[in-house]
Amino acid sequence: MSFLAKYIGQKVKRTEDPRLVKGIGHYVDDIKLADTLHVVILRSQYAHAKIVSINTDAAKTSPGVVAVYTGADVAGKVGFVPCAAALPGLNVPKYPVLADGKVAFVGQPIAAVVATDKYKARDAADLIEVDYDPLDVVTDAEASAQSDSPVIHEEFGTNVAFTHQAGTGDIDSAFAQADKIVKEKLNHQRLAPISMEPRGVLAHYLPGEEQMTLWSSTQIPHLMRTQVAIMLGMAENRLRVITPEVGGGFGCKLNVYSEEALLGWIAMQVHKPVKWIESRRENFQATIHGRAQVGTCEIAVKNDGTLLGLRYNVTADLGAYLQLLTPAIPTLTGLMLSGCYKIPAIQMNCVGVFTNKMSTDAYRGAGRPEATYLVERMMDCVALELKMDPVELRRKNMPKPSEFPFPTATGLFYDSGDYEKALDKALAMADYQKLRAEQAEARKQGRLIGIGVSTYVEICAMGPSIALPAGGWESATVRVEPTGKVTVLTGVSPHGQGEETAFAQIIGDMLGIDMNDVLVIHGDTSIVQYGIGTFGSRGLAVGGAALVKAAEKVVAKAKTLAAHLLQTDEASLTFENGKFVGAPNDKSVSIQEVALAAYIPHNVPEDFEPGLTATHFFEPKNFTFPSGTHICVSEVDRETGDVKILRYIAVDDCGNQINPMIVQGQIHGGIAQGMAQALFEEVVYDENGQLLTGELMDYAVPKAHQLPFFELDHTVTPTDVNPLGAKGVGEAGTIGSTPATANSVIDALAPFGVTHVDLPLRPEKLWKLMNN
Amino acid sequence: MIPANFEYFAPKTIEEALQLLEQHGEDAKILSGGHSLIPVLKLRLASPGVVIDIGRIAELKAIKVDGSTISIGANATHAEIAANADLKTHCPLLAETAAQIGDQQVRNRGTIGGSLTHADPAADWPAAILALDAEIVARSSQGTRTIKAADFFLDLMTSAVESDEIVTEIRIAKPEQPAAAVYLKVPQSASGFAVIGVAAQLKVTNGKCEAASIGVTGLAPKAFRASSVEAALVGKTLDEAAINAASAKADAEADDAMEDIHASGDYRRHLARVFAKRAVLAAAAKA
Repeated sequence: MSFLAKYIGQKVKRTEDPRLVKGIGHYVDDIKLADTLHVVILRSQYAHAKIVSINTDAAKTSPGVVAVYTGADVAGKVGFVPCAAALPGLNVPKYPVLADGKVAFVGQPIAAVVATDKYKARDAADLIEVDYDPLDVVTDAEASAQSDSPVIHEEFGTNVAFTHQAGTGDIDSAFAQADKIVKEKLNHQRLAPISMEPRGVLAHYLPGEEQMTLWSSTQIPHLMRTQVAIMLGMAENRLRVITPEVGGGFGCKLNVYSEEALLGWIAMQVHKPVKWIESRRENFQATIHGRAQVGTCEIAVKNDGTLLGLRYNVTADLGAYLQLLTPAIPTLTGLMLSGCYKIPAIQMNCVGVFTNKMSTDAYRGAGRPEATYLVERMMDCVALELKMDPVELRRKNMPKPSEFPFPTATGLFYDSGDYEKALDKALAMADYQKLRAEQAEARKQGRLIGIGVSTYVEICAMGPSIALPAGGWESATVRVEPTGKVTVLTGVSPHGQGEETAFAQIIGDMLGIDMNDVLVIHGDTSIVQYGIGTFGSRGLAVGGAALVKAAEKVVAKAKTLAAHLLQTDEASLTFENGKFVGAPNDKSVSIQEVALAAYIPHNVPEDFEPGLTATHFFEPKNFTFPSGTHICVSEVDRETGDVKILRYIAVDDCGNQINPMIVQGQIHGGIAQGMAQALFEEVVYDENGQLLTGELMDYAVPKAHQLPFFELDHTVTPTDVNPLGAKGVGEAGTIGSTPATANSVIDALAPFGVTHVDLPLRPEKLWKLMNN
Repeated sequence: MIPANFEYFAPKTIEEALQLLEQHGEDAKILSGGHSLIPVLKLRLASPGVVIDIGRIAELKAIKVDGSTISIGANATHAEIAANADLKTHCPLLAETAAQIGDQQVRNRGTIGGSLTHADPAADWPAAILALDAEIVARSSQGTRTIKAADFFLDLMTSAVESDEIVTEIRIAKPEQPAAAVYLKVPQSASGFAVIGVAAQLKVTNGKCEAASIGVTGLAPKAFRASSVEAALVGKTLDEAAINAASAKADAEADDAMEDIHASGDYRRHLARVFAKRAVLAAAAKA
């Protein structure tokens, strides 16, 4: 496939933005249906307790209240919250949509109040009396795995949900042959995704038609339709899921929660539309968290810096229940433990444990930031131990471009890569040698300057179907309408990634039409053919690939008709700039003219199927592996421990770029979130399982003024996994920036003999280290 | 936001507001910019039956600089104070403090009167108001009284304003050396509130400190004047040794230090000392 480059590769302004910045887009809460009832959910105040009784009498007679439901009402009628990840021997606790006699985390739904407005519903929820019998609480993941821990799900007799081994190679011999073994314990703190728009559901059931429409702020409308239909015991084709504007997800909306099926079931009881919009406090308590791994990593290395082996014994904090992909996240960590290095032997021993906290699941990067942070932090520890420059240690172990596809000891084949190219570019931008000299000079003056480097490779474009619980293909339909306008139906579900723009750019170039003539429709299961959704940096690399294939089919069909119209052989025609040319006498016909002829088939070949539309389901043959180098320069205030980021350089390689402006936006947001993890973000529960960071007043999401100027550049190493040569960029910034920032700050503290500090690197922690 | 039910009034005059307040008594809460009251209503930490919105009382917005007195209406927003040219000239500490509150959206809505009355121990205004020795004017239907800044903050979230009173004005005597002032803070990473905030207003002649007034917020359950630091500075030549010795006493008046997930009490005390030093240095440098 060859492309025009009128749009592709250009910094085209996002077509989504005008309606979003004007505030005239439609999110779930903007959908207003007549007679809508409002639902408020009463949630557990305890992290672990038996529910002795629930008295809803006062709530039921409170003004405006239509119904109050508890676990007893939905038991046996609404299925359990699903976990799609399958691991051998996985303990999957039953997770009812309303608690059934027991709660296991603060925020777990107990009762639903349905009223004529949300204020009356909330007033009534305050009148529900729940008699709790508190149980012992465990919040620490490592303690939870011990035999003396309170057991959360008694039916298993243990808090261990699974054990998982990953990696290949002779790990024992690697460590036996090592000149040095470098060992460090690292904590990957729990984070909250915090999308700007919290979750929300609007459900409308039509009893006559026996059909339901569910508006949900989700990343996976089709998968949700299937799962919610199963939970409600209804035919999948009678349930329509619509995903209107979605104000961010970061993975937290790659899920099926209690509320979707609960609202659907309530709509079937009350025969009126019912709406629930998550509050920010609920969002902190009852929307999935991310990360939360604690483990010990050992690296076997030769004195010359050659890496021999990596072992990682890790405990993954799963929270109280399993959400859609909870147990799969740590397995992604296991896949990426080779980083961008040749490591002949790798072993991960992972224990996934229940704790009395909200479930963990996919948060931007989902398992890979954990791997990259671990590997990149350890590389600095190894360099320190070997007294090598951390850049040279990294360079020494990188595979050369000629070694791709590069097989790892974790069982992957990296598609393509040129790691040193990005590294060298970043080093040149930073003027690394000069920086090191300046650092040495500053240290003499008592200033604490740190330089942190992180190279990274991540796994994107998820992915081959065999590797994903629900399949990993993606679908697209290209429909040329009679007037020549083009409608694209995509199975991905963009929620900030800008595919409405990027896909219009692709179609504009492929069909030689004005990109403004393209309308991209997504997120409505009754309009769009089945799709998988948006996560794992797959929208463009898999969904865009499906689009290219569908457009090729359209062009091929149009060519047949064009040849007929031009009374020539198909073989003599070429499609250029929206026209079929090459016919005798310089005659040509445009794609729009062909479309009209295809819909009004008065002059078509025999057996011509009217219309001009094509659908393609694209199955990727591999993941893609974007990579890059980030460099962070920081200064720590000797008196206060405060960290100032002086410079931040990022050179990322996501293969071919369709819209470099959108790529940069993704990198910016990613760096912001990754840097915030390094510096200040953290979900904190106390020992009773109470959430201490339950509001934006206490949970620090990054704000523009807390971040430095980002110096960005890129390299381009295309992939052959898809026809666009694009690898995906949604998560790269998050993955590269946490270790680069951490390495920088820890390097700044080197004069104090500090070799590792757990995240987040808050000023008080650093101040104590300097004054210990 | 899903607050409990309340009755809402939006009076146009102070007299009307005071009458409503008298009528509804303890059941009423005053709403100004909303940045203190709305979060409380949202979390249902308070469920007043009546909310009296004083935001439409135009006379409470005035910022006046006359002769030796500065008067700031209680409804002046942080943004209006930060941008006021007269204040930048005659009392830059006010403008500088205002500019460091929250973010632009907060500054556009939040008011000085609301913030002071709420008496959040980590708010920024108390440090500056104490350092400027301001007077807060409170009115009730019974009359008007002025409260000295030093007597205004009673305890955690408790000011001297009675439930039948509305803060109408903040009065400040023009500093003798307006420029010799600074507000420095460590913002909490999530909320932007002060983990520690130190406001200093000095009078320095030929390098010698003739007067020092230092307010500290964020450290103790109520903001306070760092009198020990002030006493140690006055009469001294402001060299490094003198400033170090004085600022080491920045937490002397704090019997209790606040502790939370953002900072321990010890760290807050340490920051108070560091920022007192930096504030005195910075203010002296501007003198």
